[in-house]
Amino acid sequence: MTYLLEARGLTRKFGGVVALDNLDLAVVPNEIIGLIGPNGSGKTTFFNVVTGIYGAHGGSVTFDGADITRASSPAVYHAGISRTFQRSRLSLPLSIFDNIMIGNHKRLNQGLWFNLIRRGEFKREFEVNYSAARTLVEVFEPQLAERMFEPVGGLPMIHRRRIEICRALINQPKLLLLDEPSAGMTHDETKELMDDILQVRDLNRNLTIIIVEHEMGVIERITERCVVLNFGRKIAEGPYRQVAVDRQVQEAYLGVE
Amino acid sequence: MSEVMQKMRAPLLPGVVALALSTAYLIALLAAEKQALIIGLLAFAVVAVLAAHYLGWLNLVSRSFADQEDVLGIYAILAACVVAAFFHDNHFVLLLFVTVLLYTVATLGLNIQFGYAGVLNFAGASFFGIGAYTSAVLSTYTAVPHLLVLLIGGMLAALIGSLLLVPVLRTRGHYAALVTIAFALLLKTFLEVNNVLGGPQGMQVKGMSILGWSFNDNFEIGKIEMSFYLNYFVVSMLLLTGTFVLVRRLERSWIGLNLDALRLDEIAASCFGLDIARWKITAFLLGNFLIGIAGALFGMVGGFVAPNNYTFADSLIMVSILLLGGIGNPWGLVVATFIVVVVPEKLQTIQEYRILLFALIVIMMLLFRPEGLLPRPVRRYFPGWRA
Repeated sequence: MTYLLEARGLTRKFGGVVALDNLDLAVVPNEIIGLIGPNGSGKTTFFNVVTGIYGAHGGSVTFDGADITRASSPAVYHAGISRTFQRSRLSLPLSIFDNIMIGNHKRLNQGLWFNLIRRGEFKREFEVNYSAARTLVEVFEPQLAERMFEPVGGLPMIHRRRIEICRALINQPKLLLLDEPSAGMTHDETKELMDDILQVRDLNRNLTIIIVEHEMGVIERITERCVVLNFGRKIAEGPYRQVAVDRQVQEAYLGVE
Repeated sequence: MSEVMQKMRAPLLPGVVALALSTAYLIALLAAEKQALIIGLLAFAVVAVLAAHYLGWLNLVSRSFADQEDVLGIYAILAACVVAAFFHDNHFVLLLFVTVLLYTVATLGLNIQFGYAGVLNFAGASFFGIGAYTSAVLSTYTAVPHLLVLLIGGMLAALIGSLLLVPVLRTRGHYAALVTIAFALLLKTFLEVNNVLGGPQGMQVKGMSILGWSFNDNFEIGKIEMSFYLNYFVVSMLLLTGTFVLVRRLERSWIGLNLDALRLDEIAASCFGLDIARWKITAFLLGNFLIGIAGALFGMVGGFVAPNNYTFADSLIMVSILLLGGIGNPWGLVVATFIVVVVPEKLQTIQEYRILLFALIVIMMLLFRPEGLLPRPVRRYFPGWRA
């Protein structure tokens, strides 16, 4: 079986704290995996190591057949991994369109000559990408598509999340890492957002998703398989219903008597 | 109805009226000699601008500029030519005007570094000085064509600036700023002790001459005697126009977006493929290149260079222009340069206190209007473009 993403013995320490401890994690193409575990169990650290923000202290990560253990963040992006952040990292003074185009970096012509002198060609590229971004935003929220040139800073949290996900999806990644998309949102808003994500996946069946989430309703609804972490170690793996009744998982969340 | 309105471009008229009024006002201010009259004119400007703001007229003007920038840009060039023509035989006013134009070019360069890429540069005057010294040395010792001298001035400023790349890339925020401050102090000391470059007394710079046309001679059109500074006005205006268009296109391209993205969040930007170092270097070198060209021309205009003309204090003035005008807004920089350069020259009574006054202005701006006189609007890739 070929995996899209495979981490083997992945280890990352912060001083004396072992955030990731010999973690093995494999993802097959087109699945939706939930990464769960108590606070500080290493879920976000896993994302940060995969996307090259932190280096690994041991083990390896391969993606789509290539070793990306030591790859820089831009290289990981170019290989086809996009992500969102736990605390929203949009550029607030910039417009919705600008923020989405930041995610489209690899498909935009970055040449000085093209950008400054060939304005006719630039305009064509701009118009193609404008309609692509608009179409994507419309999937999430038709209202927002009318406001493409408004600053993101003035929008409510749920719209910001949507734009962050659009920014990650615009370049048609093979793997999408969602870091707590429901953080800071109400129950209804979370539900809406998950509907959107499922809708996007219906449109693009090649998309594989790893989602970190505390909202178990979300995990149950959209994931096909879960990996449970505790103190940087994998303690359980399987469909949600199965891991939810696992004794070790319950102890990790609720403590031992 | 409102949808129809949205599809239409904003009207040209408010922008044209604003330009015409500003031109008339500028001529009056530059022509005024009596201190009481100048103070009156300045007070009038403050009241008029505030009134226009509260009546909503300024809003109309800014919408007009946002949608019709190409046309209004040409009108602005014409307006500058009208002012220059009005003062065609007045050395002092024309020199002041040329100074404003070249300082605007320099602050546009600084704007690429600080306003877009977020790289603080407190050595703007040093790079300006490198350009000026380049024209001093090349025009004194070599026969390099003078337009080429300007280009070399820019390239040398970028080249010497690249010495700072390693420390600037390895530090962030205030620490990067400290690196540039250290450079400014080092450069001044270097110029003072260097006898080849004239030491503290500095050097003379030969006037510009292109294809045998000597810029430092007065000339006549018909029977009317023209100040030789009109020559420099023409070249400076061309340089400013070119720089303005370049900076505008840069902002309204994927490169401008890259620079904004790395200024606002380096980690997010690099997770979306942005090569942080590459774009910081591009912005830093391009900015210094523009500052160097402006400095090279300024050296020829002034005819003289000395270490004391390019001090840390002058760099601070450039930064304060940026803060006053509105970081990232080229039109704001034009307005702010006029205020910072012209007002102390005309208002002799405050000459001695001008640094104090700039400090006050900067503090007031940061407290009450941190986005500057003319805040930078959201990026529009093509003025007037509607989906």
